[in-house]
Amino acid sequence: MKHSLVALIVGFLFALGLGISGMTQPQKVIGFLDLFGDWNPALAFVMIGAIGVHSVLFRFITKRESPVLVDQFHLPTKSDLTPSLLVGAALFGIGWGIGGFCPGPAITSLPSGNLESAVFVGAMMLGKGLFRICKPLLDKYLP
Amino acid sequence: MALAGGMLIGLSVTIMLLALGRVTGVSGITYKLIIRDKGDWVWRGFFVVGLVLGGVTLRFFYADSLINSVDHGLGRIALAGLLVGFGTVLGNGCTSGHGVCGISRFSLRSITATLTFICFGIATVAIVDAFLGGVVY
Repeated sequence: MKHSLVALIVGFLFALGLGISGMTQPQKVIGFLDLFGDWNPALAFVMIGAIGVHSVLFRFITKRESPVLVDQFHLPTKSDLTPSLLVGAALFGIGWGIGGFCPGPAITSLPSGNLESAVFVGAMMLGKGLFRICKPLLDKYLP
Repeated sequence: MALAGGMLIGLSVTIMLLALGRVTGVSGITYKLIIRDKGDWVWRGFFVVGLVLGGVTLRFFYADSLINSVDHGLGRIALAGLLVGFGTVLGNGCTSGHGVCGISRFSLRSITATLTFICFGIATVAIVDAFLGGVVY
């Protein structure tokens, strides 16, 4: 119950942060990526603000024996640079540049009623399903 | 506004880490929701509900934040969604998991992934600008 409430609040605050910062406006995201055109650097400050806060607090929190509501931390343990990491990030970057949406802002934008965000999220979930189907092949040929 | 919003994002992912010991990665959370990973999907579901409730709140109190003035046509949007969905699962993360949480941990994988998707994003926008009639915004 507490877990669910925390996750709900985190999602809520996260979405407000995305909206306040401008990440939910694809034109701003594309403006940020338009380095060789009409570059709008504003969104760099989103990363600076988020990383600035979290990189400091992260260090205090991980000094704890465990998180508050569960027994242990569940942090990623992989450390090697794999082909799948690079290819996946590249495909994501291409999609991000085309649409101006990344996953969080797209889901946050669903209540806007804009058809674009609904189509994007639908296609995104389809892309995840496609990955699921291709996973055996990808595990073999793209480690 | 960008800095303030970013700090709120940083604060929210910090609450997630402090309470549940988890990385707040939207692509991973939504993927594990659809594959029903290890029965641990309840908090993930509530996180997504929180995102949507945040969107509802933005719609009422700051409607301008949800303006989408990129006139791409739905075909291009769908292609973008497919690439983002597939790519983020293959690459184990997106702007939140790699870009915010991972970089804050000084993870080499996340720093590399973030530089990669930003560079490919920049290249894509440049190519769209040059060859496909540009972006309308």
